[in-house]
Amino acid sequence: MLSAILVMAGIGLVLGGVLGWAAIKYRVADDPLVEKIDAILPQTQCGQCGFPGCKPYAEAIAKGDADINLCPPGGEEGAKRLAELLGVEAKPLGEGLEPKPKSVAVIDDQTCIGCTLCIQACPVDAIVGAAKQLHVIVASQCTGCELCLPPCPVDCIRMEVVKEDLASWKWRYPIHAMRRVA
Amino acid sequence: MTRKLYAFNGGIHPEGHKDVSNAAPIRSMPLLARYVVPLRQHIGSPARALVQAGDTVLRGQRIAAAEGYVSTAVHAPTSGRVTAVELHPVPHPSGLYDVCVVIESDGLDQGLEFQPLDWKALEPSALRNRLRDAGLAGLGGAVFPSYIKLNPGAARGLDTLILNGAECEPWITCDDRLMRERAGEILQGVAVMRHMLGAREVLIGIEDNKPEAIAALRAAVVAGEAEIVTVPTVYPGGAGKQLTYTLTGRENPAGARSTDIGVQVFNVGTAHALYRAVVLGEPMLSRIVTVTGHVARPGNFEVLLGTPVRDLIQAAGGALAGASGEVVGGPMMGFDLMDLAAPITKAVNCIIVKDRAHFPARAPALPCIRCGACARACPAKLQPFELYWFSRAKDFGKTQAYKLFDCIECGCCSFVCPSHIPLVDFYRFAKSEIWEREQHKSGADQARARHEFKEFRLEREKQEKAEKLAAKVAENRARDASADPQAQAKHALVQAAMERAKKAREGIAPLNTEHLPAAAEKEIAEIEARRHATEAANQETAGRE
Repeated sequence: MLSAILVMAGIGLVLGGVLGWAAIKYRVADDPLVEKIDAILPQTQCGQCGFPGCKPYAEAIAKGDADINLCPPGGEEGAKRLAELLGVEAKPLGEGLEPKPKSVAVIDDQTCIGCTLCIQACPVDAIVGAAKQLHVIVASQCTGCELCLPPCPVDCIRMEVVKEDLASWKWRYPIHAMRRVA
Repeated sequence: MTRKLYAFNGGIHPEGHKDVSNAAPIRSMPLLARYVVPLRQHIGSPARALVQAGDTVLRGQRIAAAEGYVSTAVHAPTSGRVTAVELHPVPHPSGLYDVCVVIESDGLDQGLEFQPLDWKALEPSALRNRLRDAGLAGLGGAVFPSYIKLNPGAARGLDTLILNGAECEPWITCDDRLMRERAGEILQGVAVMRHMLGAREVLIGIEDNKPEAIAALRAAVVAGEAEIVTVPTVYPGGAGKQLTYTLTGRENPAGARSTDIGVQVFNVGTAHALYRAVVLGEPMLSRIVTVTGHVARPGNFEVLLGTPVRDLIQAAGGALAGASGEVVGGPMMGFDLMDLAAPITKAVNCIIVKDRAHFPARAPALPCIRCGACARACPAKLQPFELYWFSRAKDFGKTQAYKLFDCIECGCCSFVCPSHIPLVDFYRFAKSEIWEREQHKSGADQARARHEFKEFRLEREKQEKAEKLAAKVAENRARDASADPQAQAKHALVQAAMERAKKAREGIAPLNTEHLPAAAEKEIAEIEARRHATEAANQETAGRE
């Protein structure tokens, strides 16, 4: 009887010790949910959701402070994937939020005065230039967030919709005639 | 000389129509007044133009250089003047325009002096760079830059070099004619390939519907140089993976390259182009193109790259009455040409002028009845019906789980489908959607990294500034406290003066502050409070310094 109790207690202690050790050793430091949400967000860092960037929005969603349908660049599809991740009902984009076609900012080199304000505003450092030098936007890095538009004192930045070319062309969803049956 | 052949799964036996164009020898074309040479004729990044409008060029002059690793050069097909580097129709299923160099021919066709390459003596990497600059790309259809494929890579030599002369698509006969007429030159190209790759064995696979080509190569080949293997005629027996399996019994694991199983496959046309590039030193300026179908004199042509399709069809006697459009490539994997002004590129092996009898309008599709005919026909051993459902439902994760990317888009499934469902269109749609998503994903990852770095940088700058300020303050204080008695005396004087001023201020009573209305009293109280706050703050700052 006594030996049985001791054996059971011993096993309990050993297993408890292993579990306790594992809990410390394999602790997940960050909130993985935030990372997962952030991975779905399009990383334009545009702030249209009302948060200063994608990560803060992801944190707000994870805490339950923000709805999942506030990201226009992510669109319905992004909201759908967030809904799937969080196990909630998918919903259309929030009021007044409209997805726009993918665009990049372009600086008019005749008007730019080299004030560096847009460089400071760009969340992804996609603008190259220095004080009193012409600024240029690196199109391949531009996320189309439009954050550089308001600070420009001479309104020399415009958004250009990215045109489809051979490299970005996609096969369309096949539309074919179907014969009516019955 | 019997080699064990392996039969791959499925495949189909469409009508060949090879005899329409394979009887006449390869013809050359008259010099045209205008050539349109696209910069993107290969898989990978487009070449970078080296000429601009107004430049004069000679035949064989490099007009665009390879840009990046997966790229290759482009050359002027004849001598003349560059009139523009602009967007122009190109042979592409989208009908979109692409950047082309437009050359107005001067009619003289003056060429550069071509220097043969001493390929046995040249460093392998130097030789490959020469081939890149010669514009070599695979002529079987994928137009992958050849110099990359001719790199044997790490250490171990290649087991088997396979030359693809199967030409399994109906209607197309350009490889057939090439093998019949230029077998010796092909074999010289093969020798260069073998040298570069260190291949132990060379197999040339040809479908048994081309007995003349087989005979021509057998007559030209020297024992031990290469083995000419007759393979059964079944579509898509000429697809790289299927031919490899037929000849060696080796299968590519999903997602692996052919070199992973010790095999490299080239089209016979590529071997011929390699012969020209190395033995004659001539860059890729032309290719053999089949013009067939509903034209007056179908056949094969040696066509300069950049020749508009309209002129090529004209050279074949023009389209007959009742023609209903053109197909680029074969009927199984080709696409409809949108604009006859589009030029022949390295990728175009065949132009078929359609008529209603041979190319009837697609029958309306019926629902899938789950008969499984597509799975029995699939040479990649996939389950096309599953891929179809998932592609149609845009469930791209599932399509990848069912190995969508092992689909070679051969069209066997669509061919056998009793419901006439355009299955391959769905797979192409799904593939390009997945590619786009991957691109977006990597773009987003980059944006995230850049954003995070910017935030880190701002934080770092702030910290650096604060540290600098603290260092300066410390320095000032140290100086004040240290030695210099003069500075100390001055400091004491200033302190004493400040004390006196403060005392004096406290002694003064403001005038006219009695019997005031409540509002004025309140205002005075607020002002006093503000002043005290400011003084307190000033003192604090002074104390810190």
